[in-house]
Amino acid sequence: MEYISLFVKSIFVDNMVFAYFLGMCSFLAVSKNVKTATGLGLAVVFVLAVTLPLNYILFEKVLKPGALVWLGESFAEVDLSFLSYIVYIATIAAIVQIVEMVVEKFVPSLYGSLGIFLPLIAVNCAILGGSLFMQERAYANVGEAFTFALGSGLGWFLAIVAMAAIREKLAYSNVPKGLRGLGITFIITGLMGVAFMSFMGIQL
Amino acid sequence: MNKEIYTKPFFKGNPITVLVLGICSSLAVTVQLKGALVMALSVTIVTAFSSLFISLLRNTIPNRVRIIVQLVVVAMFVILIDQVLKAFAYDTSKMLSVYIGLIITNCIIMGRIEAFALGSKPWPSFVDGACNGLGYGMILIVMAIVRELLGSGTLLGFQIIPQALYDAGYMNNGLMILPPMALILLGCVVWVHRSVDKDLQEK
Repeated sequence: MEYISLFVKSIFVDNMVFAYFLGMCSFLAVSKNVKTATGLGLAVVFVLAVTLPLNYILFEKVLKPGALVWLGESFAEVDLSFLSYIVYIATIAAIVQIVEMVVEKFVPSLYGSLGIFLPLIAVNCAILGGSLFMQERAYANVGEAFTFALGSGLGWFLAIVAMAAIREKLAYSNVPKGLRGLGITFIITGLMGVAFMSFMGIQL
Repeated sequence: MNKEIYTKPFFKGNPITVLVLGICSSLAVTVQLKGALVMALSVTIVTAFSSLFISLLRNTIPNRVRIIVQLVVVAMFVILIDQVLKAFAYDTSKMLSVYIGLIITNCIIMGRIEAFALGSKPWPSFVDGACNGLGYGMILIVMAIVRELLGSGTLLGFQIIPQALYDAGYMNNGLMILPPMALILLGCVVWVHRSVDKDLQEK
């Protein structure tokens, strides 16, 4: 039950895009049509679901103050948490690289549609942000971390696909000159954020 | 050295309103002016010094692994900033929460390294990084002033809107503090910028 509540909460209430503005750069750049948006969205869900539990294990077993106690009593005092940023980003960059190679080798059709987005994801703040939120909120076990990863990934997916669909329709409307392109996209994202705020405070 | 390096990041090539880089953090930290100032300063330092270091290393980095090298250099500076903030400005560090860590993936830094520092001498790279950081900071500060003034009636925590106005029925605009307003406001900033500089308008 807790898992379901966490899952729904991370999709709607704590939506990565509308509540925390994470992954905005690629959100704005790649939301011009639904097909590519779906591709990038899926890639983000996938990479988040892989890297976040991994970073969780790294944090619990290596970086946390006193986490190295499994190496012996003398390591109980060691606190490596200041290294967390560098470890997280290295994990993410490495996983993205591996995922890219595996997908290219074994599922060429998927690579064709996802390929170009995979390198972009290494610097997508939604991925690193997920890991940092995971550390800040101190989830109890890997299962919770994975649920959070899946939920926030899906939330991001939902946001970018919805945005792309709106922008496809927007091509037919008469927007003031200075607002065309970037400006109106910001404002629409803001209005969607207002809509998503209606989920705030929902208890499950 | 070309004068454009100094002026371009502020208007024609502003990282936020023209290049659309580093949006995430610019939206999240502009609720209060204090957070925006700290963020602007941190990003400027990180961008300037990582550009400088990558530029010094540019002939020794193998092309295939350059992204990882860049990320490690950037992460090192972000860790330094994070530790300094935790030691000397703990409240601000708590307020900015994950967004300090997210400077690592701030696209401005990677963007400047890839587009400029990898192919330029150290000093121009440093200046380019610093000016881009300041151009980013400029937008941040403008947004933070509007949001804090209209949203809470204060600037840097000091009451600006006089009590007499509240007595006369004026109310703080609660929407300004909420996340979606940051986006709408940024949309307006872009609008103003593009109305002034017509070359930037999209078809």
